[in-house]
Amino acid sequence: MSWLSKVRNSLSGLAKSDTPDTLWMKCPSCGEMLFAKDFEANLSVCTKCEHHGRIGAKARFDQLLDAGYTVLPTPKVPENPLNFRDTKKYPDRLKAARAATPYPDALTNALGTIEGTKAVLGVQDFKFMGGSMGMAVGEAFVAGADRAIAENCAYVICTAAGGARMQEGILSLMQMPKTTVATRRLAAAGLPYIVVLTDPTTGGVTASYAMLGDVQIAEPGALIGFAGQRVIQDTIREKLPDGFQRAEYLHAHGMVDMVVHRKDLKGTLAMLLGYLARKEVA
Amino acid sequence: MISFLDFEKPIAELEARIAELRATADGSDLDIDSEIGKLAKKSAGMLMATYARLTPWQKTQVARHPQRPHMVDYLRLIFTDFVPLAGDRTYGEDAAIIGGLATLDGRKVMLIGHEKGHDTPSRIKHNFGSAKPEGYRKAIRLMQMASKFGLPVVTLVDTAGAFPGIEAEERGQAEAIARSTEACLALDVPMVAAILGEGGSGGAVAIAAANKVLMLEHSIYSVISPEGASSILWRTSDKAADAATAMKVTAQDLLALKVIDAIVPEPTGGAHRDPATTARSLADALGRELSTLAAYTPAEIVRQREDRFLAIGSL
Repeated sequence: MSWLSKVRNSLSGLAKSDTPDTLWMKCPSCGEMLFAKDFEANLSVCTKCEHHGRIGAKARFDQLLDAGYTVLPTPKVPENPLNFRDTKKYPDRLKAARAATPYPDALTNALGTIEGTKAVLGVQDFKFMGGSMGMAVGEAFVAGADRAIAENCAYVICTAAGGARMQEGILSLMQMPKTTVATRRLAAAGLPYIVVLTDPTTGGVTASYAMLGDVQIAEPGALIGFAGQRVIQDTIREKLPDGFQRAEYLHAHGMVDMVVHRKDLKGTLAMLLGYLARKEVA
Repeated sequence: MISFLDFEKPIAELEARIAELRATADGSDLDIDSEIGKLAKKSAGMLMATYARLTPWQKTQVARHPQRPHMVDYLRLIFTDFVPLAGDRTYGEDAAIIGGLATLDGRKVMLIGHEKGHDTPSRIKHNFGSAKPEGYRKAIRLMQMASKFGLPVVTLVDTAGAFPGIEAEERGQAEAIARSTEACLALDVPMVAAILGEGGSGGAVAIAAANKVLMLEHSIYSVISPEGASSILWRTSDKAADAATAMKVTAQDLLALKVIDAIVPEPTGGAHRDPATTARSLADALGRELSTLAAYTPAEIVRQREDRFLAIGSL
């Protein structure tokens, strides 16, 4: 608890709001106390250090799509086919994630326009079980790509995931080739597939659709990689270089086209679509 | 000399007694043949019973057995006229993935597979079967060559996972795996993959997005190692056996989930007790699948492979 919320909660005269921590928040990077409304108005980027906070699908749609977009339904998939439980049952984890986020799984698509150019935008929400890719994410990705093909428009995806969803075992791993079938279909249709890598994008998601974009954009400071840093450290027993697996590091190593500040993201996408998107047949 | 796994201890003890008796009998007039025969029969029975009901964790240990036949063993036992092809033409040659032109029972194929190595020098040479980006980029190159010359692709999968290291990340491990998977899906020639031992996560699927996927009877195929799942999901290192069961990593589980197409039988006691017989079974199974797929047109081959993966997770 921050000192501010401590003080605020100890003031008996103040009624506790339903969401007591939404008024002020601490930047996870520089520790600055930020007025939550200012933070949100600044696209969830810290006004002091420019740290790009993690945001959900709804905020992303609002930031990148013109008003009047349509959220597409999340396809239904078999639930818990392995009857999986670790310290908790998988369905209980799903239930908790659904209570904490507005959409049924970690990837949600919307159909809309980006500065007037039609596009399907998919967004992974890290808050939903770490954005992890299970069958629902794989199926939503395929649906998003298929919808883009049906609409003859680009598919833009904002990735955020720790990797494959372990609770679905091998079935989550199989989403790597499955989503790659979809990126190939987009390519065959001559439609742009643009990836926006956001913090964090790792594991099987990076090793499939997140690295297959025609254009690869990364948000500043985003952690992007295949293997986890602890795994790498345990394997090679060496200190990791400064900025390792961060967006700027990937850019320097030729893995992404550009690192784009969130305030410039919509404009950048619009510019790219202007070059790459199929012209509407009159 | 077979090295025994922990759960084979009773069998190991019996075998030790048999060896002891044989040594005693040697050069003496004692007739202990019948005693040896009895013990050998008992040992064989125990081996059969044990291997008939291996737990997922025990299978994991068999799949990783240091004497389990690897890519190079199958290369020697069932493939002929091998022409190794090296390098990714971009950065280097990664011996964790071996590839080249090979002949399987008279059929010319492009062969690609992981090699773990069998002793310290070869394990270092092959990086324990954990490939770097250049390994996957070599696989891509060979797959594209196979397509160009109309050769079916056979992949033999045996890796704990793609190599987690600084340089691997810098050279685009994730991109290399993604592109390798894409190259599998783009092939207009038949592709058959067989999991020999460990099918470890993205490093395995990168060369296993095939028309038909086979698994040896005691191999495993998993999104993460049981140890990794234990440490992430249970937050302890000692739940690997539970994780192996929960994640459904065995060939039998994966056949039931329709993730693989067939199981290649192993001799009693596992592939390492009789590599030649195992290799023959593998050759027969690969041949069967390649024969079936030979009837497909290039368009049908691509379509069948796409549909196979699209179906996983669709209602």
